[in-house]
Amino acid sequence: MNYIPNTDADRAEMLKVVGAGSVAELFRDVPEKYRFPTLALPPALSEMEVLEELHALANENDDLHHLACFLGAGAYNHFVPSVVDFILHRSEFFTAYTPYQPEISQGTLQAHYEYQSMICALTGMEVSNVSHYDGATAVAEAVIMALQVGRGKRNKVILSPTLNPQYRQVVYTYTQGMAVQIVGEDLLDAALAGTGGARSETGPSTLNKALAEPVGARSETGPSTLNKALAEPVGARSETGPSAKQDALAGLLTEPAGALLDALAALLDKRTACVIVQNPDFLGRLYTPAEMQALADKVHAAGAQFVVSADPISLGLFVPPGQYGADVVTGEGQPMGNAVSFGGPYLGFFAMKKDDVRRSAGRIVGQTVDADGKRGFVLTLSTREQHIRREKASSNICSNQALNALAAAIYMAAMGKYGLRTVAELSYHKAHYAAAQIGQLPGYEVLGGWPFFKEFIVRCPRPVATINEILLDRYGMVGGYDLAHDYPSLENAMLICVTELNSKAQIDLLAEALQEVTTMNPDRLEEEGEALHE
Amino acid sequence: MSYKYDSKAQYAKSHEWVRLEGAAAVVGVSDYAQHLLSDVVYVDLPEVGDAVAAGESLGTVESVKAAEDAYSPISGEVIEINAALEDHPEWVNEDPYGKAWLIKVKPADAGELDGLMDAAAYEAYVKEEEEKGGH
Repeated sequence: MNYIPNTDADRAEMLKVVGAGSVAELFRDVPEKYRFPTLALPPALSEMEVLEELHALANENDDLHHLACFLGAGAYNHFVPSVVDFILHRSEFFTAYTPYQPEISQGTLQAHYEYQSMICALTGMEVSNVSHYDGATAVAEAVIMALQVGRGKRNKVILSPTLNPQYRQVVYTYTQGMAVQIVGEDLLDAALAGTGGARSETGPSTLNKALAEPVGARSETGPSTLNKALAEPVGARSETGPSAKQDALAGLLTEPAGALLDALAALLDKRTACVIVQNPDFLGRLYTPAEMQALADKVHAAGAQFVVSADPISLGLFVPPGQYGADVVTGEGQPMGNAVSFGGPYLGFFAMKKDDVRRSAGRIVGQTVDADGKRGFVLTLSTREQHIRREKASSNICSNQALNALAAAIYMAAMGKYGLRTVAELSYHKAHYAAAQIGQLPGYEVLGGWPFFKEFIVRCPRPVATINEILLDRYGMVGGYDLAHDYPSLENAMLICVTELNSKAQIDLLAEALQEVTTMNPDRLEEEGEALHE
Repeated sequence: MSYKYDSKAQYAKSHEWVRLEGAAAVVGVSDYAQHLLSDVVYVDLPEVGDAVAAGESLGTVESVKAAEDAYSPISGEVIEINAALEDHPEWVNEDPYGKAWLIKVKPADAGELDGLMDAAAYEAYVKEEEEKGGH
């Protein structure tokens, strides 16, 4: 099938105009041997055969329709009502792009406007844009906006160490080449490092040596080192090494959560452009509105911006950041109507106070009336976009995630204020039930005692990677996040996420499975390990 | 097309004007400039205490059509800004030499004004620009 509409006559005429004898002649600048390379492709398949092959490949995947999921850490498995996909797939909406002549597409603009309005209601802010790529890029845009508000006189950015580590990386990427000083991230590490030192003095060396090895190294050296460590009785460990660390860790993390916020406030000065805090934070901890307001006051006294990255589902239940002094509220919009998906596409929401709207990136849709006085929608703010302002644009990336934002809008409209609250409450109560169950298991400890929403840290008697392999292979469960990836001193610490989609039966099975992991004898673990590495 | 000119002001080729009022040099954009921009929707100004340099950007005037730098015709320290423009950007179109002044500067060297055009010279320059069809 040929999709090029030119006729032979068209082509002949065009060739005549440019003075070329043939189409091939147009490619003469490409060396002969590269011009028409022979591709070693298998014989062509029929549509039926292609679908069969692709389905077979797809069936090799595990997915969350078939696995219980206790993994969160930035992407959350919440229920997506059927109405979301139904409306999303309408051909009038089904495009990843906002139109370049936007006002011609009143339906798209109205959907964006509804999205913005609901984001404002959810975050307690005055203005929302039409979204960014994801939660990470939304935070990075908040940094750039704060730097612009700071007019070059403020170039220090304070990032909470419990802001999602990937978001922090993206902030570095976005600010590459800019004169920016990023501080605050080492607050937790520094505190933990002190306790880590205490541990290595008293810790059982074999175990720590094994645990210190990167996960990847394990398969090279065989499971022997690991199992040697695991062969030690579980009880022995908690009497010696990790307990010192654990106590100190628990101490640090259970200090009124405000302690971390105080430490962040201590970094404020006249050069500070913004302070960014995640609430609930990456470790699942909730900061109270009073604690956040206290920090906001200090940030504002220093003339800086207070940016909060929030889980939108949590805002169905808890006080929105707009009520405790946030200047900008960002977050990952995926939990609202968008499936968990490796690599996205997701969407980042971005809401702010009206004052600094001109320094924000992206586009904002507004409501107006046309010449006949009828309601209509326009792109109210896009003059800061690259295609108009070029080098003066407030960001070089002004794409928005129109379709994902639409999914979020449909989700918010479908759930409503009370539906969203119910989702948050179910997640909250199920997570607390799970924490209570797991906290009773010998060898496991739920760290902290701090208020949390739907994620909590469990200190495990085995490496998280080992436990997760067993959970997946034997129980059909996706285990929690291995915090040692980002906080090396938090080894054997699993961040478990529970949402409304986790049934009581799933949670009970998780507790059962975790218990069984501790009672498995090392030989069997070795067999498991070998089986897994085959 | 005819434009308004303030005979008390000096003009830069980038279409800003400067007018001495006592010790202060008042800076704005010309009537011709606001015509080119069309409806102004936002004016981004420096802060009091900032240093501005002749020929360098002092801020941005943003219209429905474009966002353009405004260049300072004179060097010195910003002693006052016209904060009312934040709520009334349309003044730039309505009264560019009056209500829509942008900043007041304490000149570092009042002699810099001598390098600028007077109203008559600027009017001739604008005619020239128009004939070139510069925009």
